[in-house]
Amino acid sequence: MKKQKKMSVEKLYRLFIYVALLTLAITIIIPVAWVFIASIKEKSEFYTSPWDMPKGFYFQNFIDAFEKANMGTYMLNSIMVTALAILILLVVALPAAYVLARYTFKGSKILNTLFKAGLFINVNYIVVPIFLMLLDADMVIRGRFGDGFLLDNLFVLALVYASTALPFTIYLLSSYFQTLPSTYEEAAWVDGAGYFKTMYKIMIPMARPSIVAVILFNFLSFWNEYIIALTLIPGPNKTLPVGLMNLMAAQKSATNYGQMYAGMVLVMLPTLILYILVQKKLTQGMALGGSKE
Amino acid sequence: MKKTTEKRIFIFVCTTPALLLLTLFMIVPTIEVFRMSLYKWGGFSNNQVFVGLNNFKILWNDMNFIRSLQNSILLIVVVTLITIVLAILFSTLLTRENVKGGNFFRVIFYIPNILSIVVIAGIFSAIYDPTSGLLNNFLSVFNIESLQKMWLGDQKIAIYSISGALVWQAVGYYMVMYMSSMANIPESFYEASSLEGAGRITQFFSITLPLIWNNIRTTLTFFIVSTINLSFLLVQAMTGGGPDGSTEVFLSYMYKQAYTNSSYGYGMAIGVVIFLFSFALSAIINQITKREVLEY
Repeated sequence: MKKQKKMSVEKLYRLFIYVALLTLAITIIIPVAWVFIASIKEKSEFYTSPWDMPKGFYFQNFIDAFEKANMGTYMLNSIMVTALAILILLVVALPAAYVLARYTFKGSKILNTLFKAGLFINVNYIVVPIFLMLLDADMVIRGRFGDGFLLDNLFVLALVYASTALPFTIYLLSSYFQTLPSTYEEAAWVDGAGYFKTMYKIMIPMARPSIVAVILFNFLSFWNEYIIALTLIPGPNKTLPVGLMNLMAAQKSATNYGQMYAGMVLVMLPTLILYILVQKKLTQGMALGGSKE
Repeated sequence: MKKTTEKRIFIFVCTTPALLLLTLFMIVPTIEVFRMSLYKWGGFSNNQVFVGLNNFKILWNDMNFIRSLQNSILLIVVVTLITIVLAILFSTLLTRENVKGGNFFRVIFYIPNILSIVVIAGIFSAIYDPTSGLLNNFLSVFNIESLQKMWLGDQKIAIYSISGALVWQAVGYYMVMYMSSMANIPESFYEASSLEGAGRITQFFSITLPLIWNNIRTTLTFFIVSTINLSFLLVQAMTGGGPDGSTEVFLSYMYKQAYTNSSYGYGMAIGVVIFLFSFALSAIINQITKREVLEY
């Protein structure tokens, strides 16, 4: 009798576990899935209950988003900025991380401290000073050459992205370089390879797992970023999240929801696909590398 | 001799670009924040007047700033408490209990973390919309219209609606963090304690919680920093601080003053105060939560 009672408590507990897990899963899946469903609804369907299923597959929303709301251009801009920023970041951060991890030289301690200190600088505080700096520089350039080009410049935006990601990236890469045995370098030197060749041919290829992690984290943060892009690109050459934000602000007065949800799908889809492909690496990498914020 | 010159060149070439970018786009702007906070510098006129700590004095009497302070503190407290409880609960369930599809749940719970804040703002605007929103329509299906609210339109509720979105965003991230530190606790501890008749709850409070305590402490600092940052990004994309300043938070007020209003000096003074506040709060919490670190 007593045993039976214990069993039923156990069963109730199991039930509680699954109810709790499912509840959280549903509150995450449903809103995300709903955006996908809403993106193929027709205009009239937004006036009925939001829980109704779409009548058909209204792909026109995506065409409108691309043509009328300019999302196609924004998407290209986003792809360009993200790719360029990751490229700059890797070219700059890899050699620096390698040297900081493997060599001690005059000033290496100061450099290490500087990059560590950079971890505590938050982009949201310094975005306005960066804007003012570029504005001032543009003023000077305009005086000399007739036109400024630092604001509204996607390359500068990518450069700022790469710079703000440097401290965390160097921290992650150099802690990986430290774990590699130094016998490889010694062997390369014995074979007559110079410092540069040793780094590019031997050490950087060995750091591949950490490079993959760096690309993953930074792809997500550059692709999703909007406050720097909003501040530094006041002109029409926007990135996707900023374009989406404008669309959201415009939809509050107009009523063309379809385009807006199509735009949201365009922002979400690449990150979701990437996440599904590499989710294991990402959550493990996070456990290793600590915070990404 | 030649070798050392070569080495020097190598080190110089490798570190200089990174150092230059760091200095130009992070160190100089950070110094600028502190310097500009001492100047009165407004509008498009480019004259800066040194006013010492005057910006901070004005700040002290600025009711809008006080309001953003209250909202930020409220968000930090509410979001941290709810998220921590949920994250610890779900990480315990997923690591301690033999759950079917545990991996599936972990993957799903982490999804909000990879979404852009702009998308999250869009999703929650769709949820909170008073007429065509998911939440109000969901409530009307169950005939509990009395619970229907103007989630973002009501000044009293809006800030809690924002905190709901922040919790939704954060639970999975912290859950994964706690899970990785719970996975390090040796199974033998639990076996030994269950031989002595300890139940789940006893095990949780006398084994799991003390052993992940240090991890929880670290995440408390994350909570302060990330709530201040994410609440700004979310508010900026979702409500713009409205209705009538009821969802204005620290950094959104700073941004409004510095960028939209072009009172650069005053805006930077706000930035300095927020920075010092978050630093002090982290230090205090770090002190309060100090326990002897348990080894295993």
